[in-house]
Amino acid sequence: MTRLMPSNTMKKVLSLSILSLAVAATSAQARDYDEIRIGVDVPYEPMEYRTPDGELTGFDIDLGNALCAEIGIQCEWVVQGWDGIIPGLMARKYDAIMSSMTINDERREQVLFSEPYFTPPSAWFAPATSELEETTEASLEDLTIGVQRGTLQDNYVTDMYGDVADVNRYATADDMVLDMEAERLDILFLDYPVGKATLLDSNNRNYKVIGDMITEPKAYFGDGFGIAFRQRDEALAEKFNDALESLEEDGTYDEIHQRYFGEE
Amino acid sequence: MEALINRLEALLAENSIFTLQTLSYYGEGLSTTVQLVFISLLIGLVAAVPLAIGRGSKRRFIKWPIFAYTYVFRGTPLLIQLYLIYYGVVFVDGIQETWLWVLLKEPFVPALVAFTLNTAAYTTEIFHGAIKATPKGEIEAARAYGMSPALTLRRIVLPSAFRRALPAYGNEVIFMLHASAIASVVTIMDLTGAARFVYARFYAPFDAFLFVAAIYLCLTFAILYLFRYLEKKLLAHLQPMT
Repeated sequence: MTRLMPSNTMKKVLSLSILSLAVAATSAQARDYDEIRIGVDVPYEPMEYRTPDGELTGFDIDLGNALCAEIGIQCEWVVQGWDGIIPGLMARKYDAIMSSMTINDERREQVLFSEPYFTPPSAWFAPATSELEETTEASLEDLTIGVQRGTLQDNYVTDMYGDVADVNRYATADDMVLDMEAERLDILFLDYPVGKATLLDSNNRNYKVIGDMITEPKAYFGDGFGIAFRQRDEALAEKFNDALESLEEDGTYDEIHQRYFGEE
Repeated sequence: MEALINRLEALLAENSIFTLQTLSYYGEGLSTTVQLVFISLLIGLVAAVPLAIGRGSKRRFIKWPIFAYTYVFRGTPLLIQLYLIYYGVVFVDGIQETWLWVLLKEPFVPALVAFTLNTAAYTTEIFHGAIKATPKGEIEAARAYGMSPALTLRRIVLPSAFRRALPAYGNEVIFMLHASAIASVVTIMDLTGAARFVYARFYAPFDAFLFVAAIYLCLTFAILYLFRYLEKKLLAHLQPMT
């Protein structure tokens, strides 16, 4: 009897420690990353692409690196085609996806999203000679606005200014730019990156952006891009959300945003 | 009128796509389509009469240019003609500074020009064929009465040619109505433009396009009925006796 007592205690201690070990092991699996890999699909300028010497760069890459630095973990980028990007996350080829992924309900069923870190902006473009300084119902009255048919920009302009201005709807952005050059349109409303590429970067600075970039309200412009994690990595997602918040506060976010979306 | 709108609104209360707002788009589209087709047909018809006479002329410098015109406009797609006129005029240097730009700036006039030139070319050929089919005996009889060629044309050839051309011209009118559906590619909000807008807005292709197809069908029936009435009246002498 007396001999058995300590042995029984031993057993208890042993099983308890095994249990706690197991708990520690599972929690380590879900929580304590000291380095993570992030999946990205390139190229998608200016969000993610390669410099001529082959290095990854872009808004997502710079922001992702800044987030990792803020959290204090090592980050490695893994290039993965878009089709397999969510399966790759599930198969643990990487631990997060940061690749201009729009947050939506279908994806939410498979992955866990961070807070949105970016909403692709839309902007108003007009000829450099335009006297418009802002876009209000009064200033746009009786002007002709060009939009691409069926886009979120079309919905926004139709609802906000459809009653005061003429809205011309085009099948492609190219047709729209052609009519802008023909002076048939006074102002265009389109995706900022598309407008920058077709109107600002070519055409010898004949065009300019009027007013601020527009990403609100959400009902038109969507939830924006989020970083995707596996559902169980809630702690990791939380760390990225906190880091995102502090980067927005200390101005790092604005600096990176300016780097890719600022005006020269 | 207000009571009617209220009743319509009550009727549409359950419908998320066909609201008063979207119906007003269809309404404006209907008015634009009818204007576009009616004006281009009218001008085309008026232009086609002298062109058809000229097309049958013995003088080469009258005959060949008209043939070249109808050949080009019947030989190329209307869509291409519309693109060329709408986007092409822009490449004329300094056009923006002329008075013409007031007309060409809006998409309506370039589309009207394209449609008019197209329908005039077809109508010219229809009339030309009808004129050519005038029985020789009728012309000889007119001559025997001492009518001049101009008077023969006015009193004998043209009236009977128009009657013969009526069924073929009715088809041309219907074709023109359906061809006008391409106006929306140059941003005109015609019937098809309204349907495309509703489709893109609500992601509802069937509802949007079936509704517009029904409107086109009604318009076509109206045209058919009009031409059947005209044929009954003007071609009564050709009907078999009952």
